[in-house]
Amino acid sequence: MSADLAQSIDETAAGNGVLARLWRSRTKYLVGAACLFICVVMLAPLLASVLASVKSTAEAAAVPPTYVPQSWSLDSYLKLWVYQAGLPVYLLNSFGTAFMAIAFSLLLTVPAGYALARFPIPGKELLFVFLLLALIIPYQALLTPIFLMFAQLKLTNSLVGLAIIHTAIQLPFSLYIMRNAFEAVPIELEEAAVIDGCNSFQVLVRICLPSVVPAMITVALFAFITSWNEFLGALVMMNRQDSFTLPLILAAARTETSLGGTDWGMLQAGVTISVIPCVGIYLMLQKYYVSGLLAGAVK
Amino acid sequence: MSIYSTRSNRLTGLYYLAPALAFVAAFTAWPLGQMLWVSLNSWSLITPPKFIGLNNFTKAFNDKQFWVSLGFTLKYTLLITPILMLGGYAIALLTVKNTPLRRFTRAVVFVPVVIGLGASSLLWYWLFSTDYGFVNRLLLDFGLIDKAVIWLGVDADRSNWAIIVSVVWKVLGFGMILFVAAIQAIPPEVSEAAMVDGASPWQRLTQVTLPLTLRTVLLVTLISVIGSLLAFDQFYIMTAGQPQNLTATSVFYVYLNSFPYLKLGYGAALSLILAVIILVFTIIQMLLTRRSHA
Repeated sequence: MSADLAQSIDETAAGNGVLARLWRSRTKYLVGAACLFICVVMLAPLLASVLASVKSTAEAAAVPPTYVPQSWSLDSYLKLWVYQAGLPVYLLNSFGTAFMAIAFSLLLTVPAGYALARFPIPGKELLFVFLLLALIIPYQALLTPIFLMFAQLKLTNSLVGLAIIHTAIQLPFSLYIMRNAFEAVPIELEEAAVIDGCNSFQVLVRICLPSVVPAMITVALFAFITSWNEFLGALVMMNRQDSFTLPLILAAARTETSLGGTDWGMLQAGVTISVIPCVGIYLMLQKYYVSGLLAGAVK
Repeated sequence: MSIYSTRSNRLTGLYYLAPALAFVAAFTAWPLGQMLWVSLNSWSLITPPKFIGLNNFTKAFNDKQFWVSLGFTLKYTLLITPILMLGGYAIALLTVKNTPLRRFTRAVVFVPVVIGLGASSLLWYWLFSTDYGFVNRLLLDFGLIDKAVIWLGVDADRSNWAIIVSVVWKVLGFGMILFVAAIQAIPPEVSEAAMVDGASPWQRLTQVTLPLTLRTVLLVTLISVIGSLLAFDQFYIMTAGQPQNLTATSVFYVYLNSFPYLKLGYGAALSLILAVIILVFTIIQMLLTRRSHA
């Protein structure tokens, strides 16, 4: 009998027994249930926000809150549209800053990545370390001196100034990605082009650029997400309300709306609008997002 | 010999590098030097700067709020980091195989990572609001509390936990995705060998998977610690430092001194102290990263 038991345990361990099969199929359902549970917990807050944004103003202020909207209305979006300087101004500020941050990042790091990967620059290692200076000092600590400098240069309340800060935050990452991308281009192509009489700028534009497009997408993607979401720098630099970015005006709206307190429906309409570009871009460029994250964080 | 190894190319290379060098010099190196200088001055923007040596630093040492902020930031960091690591690793283990459901779960857990901390804080500010929020509604409906709890801005610990919940939701996917990549990078022969040797799932986890992903775990821990020590947005939005600046983090206190109070010299000194604390963790992080290249 004890031999039977031992044999059945052996079978279980080897994965052939009835028990093991039962256990395995149960594990399958447990994993499925756990996955579904996690998905629900992660998505519920976002869903709640979207639903709150399409409730009527009265229902959005109901105590206790309703789970599912009893009334549907776009009032919250209409109110947000004309809130203070108006949503278009804030969207334009946020998009304008983000696109400038993308442009600055690419204009600086594409040539710099090419130079670092290919050219025999004297003291290259040292210059590279200098370029990564922002890794060593958190930008939050530099905001006071940057504010002083920008005040003199008239770059406070300026989208260009804010885009410069966002570019500086992302520069080490962008540079690292671009340098690695240029290093991965097969040099034979460039040699052939030089023999055919191309100068280095022509080699960069005609030969290398097509190969580093994925890296440029990664740089642009991260520059956009960083800039669109950044809060503290904007809070420090922008003190005129018509120069606010989307996160700033929403943070202001959390305390400043209507006499009855916060306008929750409008606030969640704002959250929904600021989430849409990020999630949309993530869903479209998931591959670049994950590979960029892995390269930036671990390597 | 590469075609680029010519003498004239040494200069050409510098031309390509020059814009980035100038940018870092102007917008990172110069402010850094400026910060060091400003930290030695008493300066309120309206009056001209006055050199006071290390007085700002001795002032910080005797400033009760400085220690309260630093202590609160450390507490927040110590509470949230283990939750992020354990939670992220557990979900990574659960979803590491590439089945459709698991891939979908990973994508969903990662969604909050891409949205802004400002937006997520405004979302949770509403969810945790006393009368209008779903957190109290759910807890009341399930009978877990008798009356609505005031989560934010009245009790420092309760506010802290509410914010920790919101940030865990927001950044859990970051660690998860890096852990999944690390676990998937373990050669299949290694896991198979452990299975053939009859190792239980727990043994495989503690003796194969964890040791082989330890470097990633350490790196993600450091990234998470640094991020938590620099926390600002979620506290500014969800508690505004209340009650009595007990939930004002270190960066928050720097911000308060530099901008609303316009004590620029003192703000710079506080920034510098914070930067040095962060630097310790950054150096460890860089040493770990460098080891992986060797």
